[in-house]
Amino acid sequence: MEPQEILRVEDLAKHFTSGRSLLAPGRARRVVKAVDGVSFSLARGRTLGLVGESGCGKSTTGRMIARLLDPTAGRVVVDGQDTAGLRGKDLYHFRRKVQMVFQDPFASLNPRQTIGSAIAAPFEAQRITPAGGVKRRVGELMERVGLKPEHYNRFPHEFSGGQRQRVGIARALALEPSVIVCDEPVSALDVSVQAQVVNLLEEIQEDTGVAYVFIAHDLSVVRHISDEIAVMYLGKVVERGPVEELYSSPQHPYTRALLSAVPIPDPRAARAQVKIRLRGDLPSPANPPSGCVFRTRCPLMATLAEPERERCSHEVPEPASFGRAACHFADSAALT
Amino acid sequence: MSVLEASAEATAPPPAPAGGRSLVATAWLRIRRSKIAMLSLAVVVAIVLFAILAPWLTALSGNNPFTSNTSPEVLDDLETPGLPLPGYMFPSAQHWLGVEPALGRDLFSRLAYGAQVSLTIALLSTAVSVVLGTVIGAAAGYFGGRVDAVISRIMDLFLAFPHLLLVLSLTPILQSRLRGTPLGEGSFLPMASLVIILGFFGWAYLARIVRGQVLSLREREFVEAARAFGASHASILFRQIIPNVMGVVLVYATMLIPTNISAEAALSFLGVGVKDPTPSWGQMLNAAQAGNWYLSDPWFLAVPGIMLAVTVLAFNLLGDAVRDALDPKAARG
Repeated sequence: MEPQEILRVEDLAKHFTSGRSLLAPGRARRVVKAVDGVSFSLARGRTLGLVGESGCGKSTTGRMIARLLDPTAGRVVVDGQDTAGLRGKDLYHFRRKVQMVFQDPFASLNPRQTIGSAIAAPFEAQRITPAGGVKRRVGELMERVGLKPEHYNRFPHEFSGGQRQRVGIARALALEPSVIVCDEPVSALDVSVQAQVVNLLEEIQEDTGVAYVFIAHDLSVVRHISDEIAVMYLGKVVERGPVEELYSSPQHPYTRALLSAVPIPDPRAARAQVKIRLRGDLPSPANPPSGCVFRTRCPLMATLAEPERERCSHEVPEPASFGRAACHFADSAALT
Repeated sequence: MSVLEASAEATAPPPAPAGGRSLVATAWLRIRRSKIAMLSLAVVVAIVLFAILAPWLTALSGNNPFTSNTSPEVLDDLETPGLPLPGYMFPSAQHWLGVEPALGRDLFSRLAYGAQVSLTIALLSTAVSVVLGTVIGAAAGYFGGRVDAVISRIMDLFLAFPHLLLVLSLTPILQSRLRGTPLGEGSFLPMASLVIILGFFGWAYLARIVRGQVLSLREREFVEAARAFGASHASILFRQIIPNVMGVVLVYATMLIPTNISAEAALSFLGVGVKDPTPSWGQMLNAAQAGNWYLSDPWFLAVPGIMLAVTVLAFNLLGDAVRDALDPKAARG
């Protein structure tokens, strides 16, 4: 039986307009295409890893799913409901379904609010009184994420980064959402703490059946927790597939480069590993390359003949089917 | 002091340290280490106590600020006015600072009750400014866009006007409007009008500071988290954002109190503020000047003047100390 779909993202786009000037109204506005046509779907209780380097639009995608940003185009369907047109009361009720865990455990908690009242705040905002009272439920949530309920009245600065992140997770769990967008939840933490937090998220998923969109900037963290991975580059998904498939046979040259950058703990194996170094900087999303967005840094370009290069710079590659890379020459890339 | 202490405990500066002492504790430690801060704090506490205890202090000598005593013993050498300690100003067991010229009212009583009036006006008008400035500034920063544009232009307008002229011309109008309302009864009228006028003209600068802080705070992730669970704008403003600007607000408030004390004195001196028989330091300065008494009895002018100068200086130094103590960039103390 196909697991039930909880989240579907279709051709999602977010374009930021800049350069609106009172003095030069005639000047063309710069449009930054932070996210440009992202699609994926996620089943209940599963995890999608969203991977890419800084500025590729993965956080913007996450914020659009949680409706912290309004999409410029495309649809976000949560539990069969298109969230784009939600206003007022409907949006307010939708908020229960999608919650977020943020990257910076120091910025994501109000320094002037006790952690107990931070976890209780969603109940107040949604005017929900859980069975047994808010305080008791907050205590349960704190225990669930590995915090002591007697620390209810402590302030965030009394806690370590990992503990603060647990507070953020408890807060996200309070409303029993169907989807939690985890925006790089462990990248600000020590490696030893990262594993604890990832394990906690996995346990919670087993207990509650929540689905995660797990955003990360490297492939090593998401491998452990994800069922499926989408690799983003410059506002587009360049490759998407089941986690083991993507790791064992990456198709897109960008995915291959990312994978080759994952450190290998065994030094002998590490020496044998072929590193693919990407040259140049990430192009500006205000002025992306024509055709394939990756072509300016693609290691394949050197191996291609002139007509093939022409194709890369003129034709936007689309993934042929699910599990396929958005690359014209993915097949030949896999051979090299 | 009760007001200041309460707010110092209820509020704290924006960025919390990574560990160890809370910033309130750190700030208090820094204040305690600074001699100037402790001295100014002691003076402020003494002056506030002086005002609060006015009824008891004046009862010690059996005086009140309104009863005339023109008996010859008080006005002992009326015939030889002049320096150094002439006429009315002769301190005695009954009148510690002597009596007022002509009317013969006890000067110590008037100084103590005047402290009540002056400090009450200053504190209340500061409270009005702080509430207005915080809420309006936070709204401008949080909502941005058109709301921000409109509020910012209003702030510019308020900051650009010469306050004294405006206050001088608006006070009589406000007073005539207040007459007949609960705020406009008897001696209450000039006090109420001063609180409204000073409060209303003091918020713009604070609002601008708060706006700047909120502009950066609203991008913080805890505000996004609150939006994600559906918190209302009011709840985000009052529970997430404003508690984080209270450190700045506290510093500004301690700086605004002495400004308002001098403003009250200036306006009462110019005759648009507190009027006889209600005592205030400005009114006392006005009385000394109006009867030309300062020529023969400079002490009569000096008493409220020194009191005013000491108070303003102490509040200003305390404000500086609070600002330094709450400065997250300063070295950890």
